[in-house]
Amino acid sequence: MGVPPGFRVRRELMDAERLSRALARIAHQIVERRRDAEGLVLVGVRTRGVPLARRLARLVAEAGAPPPPVGALDITLYRDDLTTVAPQPVLRGTEIPGSIDGRTVVLVDDVLYTGRTVRAALDEIIDFGRPARIKLAVLIDRGHRELPIRPDYVGKNLPTSRRESVAVRLREHDGEDRVVIEEPEEA
Amino acid sequence: MGWTRKDLLSMRELDASEITLLVDTAASLQEIASRDIKKVPALRGKTVVNLFYEASTRTRTSFEIAGKWLSADVINFSSGGSSTSKGESFIDTAKNIAAMSPDVVVVRHSSAGAADLLARTLPCSIVNAGDGAHEHPTQALLDLLTIREKKGHFEGLHVAIVGDIAHSRVARSDIHGMRKLGMTVTVAGPPTLIPPFVQELGAKVSYRLEEAIGDVDVIMMLRLQQERMTAGLIPSTREYARFWGLTLDKLARHARPDVLIMHPGPVNRGIELSPEVADGPYSVILDQVSRGVAVRMGVLLLLAGRKGGDGA
Repeated sequence: MGVPPGFRVRRELMDAERLSRALARIAHQIVERRRDAEGLVLVGVRTRGVPLARRLARLVAEAGAPPPPVGALDITLYRDDLTTVAPQPVLRGTEIPGSIDGRTVVLVDDVLYTGRTVRAALDEIIDFGRPARIKLAVLIDRGHRELPIRPDYVGKNLPTSRRESVAVRLREHDGEDRVVIEEPEEA
Repeated sequence: MGWTRKDLLSMRELDASEITLLVDTAASLQEIASRDIKKVPALRGKTVVNLFYEASTRTRTSFEIAGKWLSADVINFSSGGSSTSKGESFIDTAKNIAAMSPDVVVVRHSSAGAADLLARTLPCSIVNAGDGAHEHPTQALLDLLTIREKKGHFEGLHVAIVGDIAHSRVARSDIHGMRKLGMTVTVAGPPTLIPPFVQELGAKVSYRLEEAIGDVDVIMMLRLQQERMTAGLIPSTREYARFWGLTLDKLARHARPDVLIMHPGPVNRGIELSPEVADGPYSVILDQVSRGVAVRMGVLLLLAGRKGGDGA
């Protein structure tokens, strides 16, 4: 928990209530598109996409759709910068529940930025089968795409500068529900 | 906390957090074995050379499968059918292979220190896949992964390693790894096959099978390495089998009901293990082999995936 060394919190974007309202809105949008809600599989991108996917699954079920299975994707092995980042990220493993053939997979991540994580996630998902369609749900879209990728479900669009970093903090990992913008401390 | 070493040469050189990182990485890679498409792009464009100067089934095959599942190009070299038979020296062969720019060389050799020599000579990463009676770190890692999956933890477990300790690189690597993770190790065998100073590695010694297997969580049976033995170490294989072979009867009378039976392979059936034990419910010998692929994937990934390939 807390701010990484060398960074300070600049402002709060979402408190717990606004975060859960954003998730509820995404869940309702998924349920409204009936084609997406039937045969739905939610796959969270590790780390914080996974608890978000679990919460969305609960909200989708509460909104009247059949409760979707939830999977977790560790995209480390599909990164385009695996051999240039140091130290290497610790693997946490991928778990896909059952077959995804012919189903609607909604990828869930906390922040959409360059789009490179999503590219890696798409490649990995396709190694597990042939879903009917893959959609993307993100809590925050902060812009600065480097690939032709756009989200289907967005909690909040947020213009940022590249030197800032968006931190999504979740109860499951960080003990609080909150989204903040952090920036490097001035030298 | 991350992986910083260029090479994996021994369990002795690793600390507990490095061993845990290797085991955790392997554990998370196991899922790939159950996919329809058993391939991830992590090591695309990397080259792994298997340099084997000794016979091997499990280790060489599992390094090859591991490399291929990670999308590396894997080349197998074995000393038969190579320039070794024309008289080229080990170090010259290795330098020639290194001149073809591999990222990782996996080496097995009958001389202790062979992997270490290569690591000091070649710029690429070296994995020790067994050097004489010295070490076999990836075997120890797969033993540890198997134990953790079956028992849930390491701390406080008691392991008996039984048989030909003197010729066993597996025993040495296991003892180092297990001690660092807080396990108790008892080695047992006929006095001629227990090396001097084994207590200095932190292992207890027993000269009776029945006593050694009495109150342990894991029994690691070792192969009687007849090809490495000079005459006179044991009276006969029949006598060895009678005193040191593990049978269902001995298990039932002396061991705990939840004990795991492990063996690094290849098994001499009817000598150190009776077939009923090797194939029985306590045996996790084939689980060890499956874990071997995951462990070797983890090792290749951490070595070849280091920033910039070498140096860093």
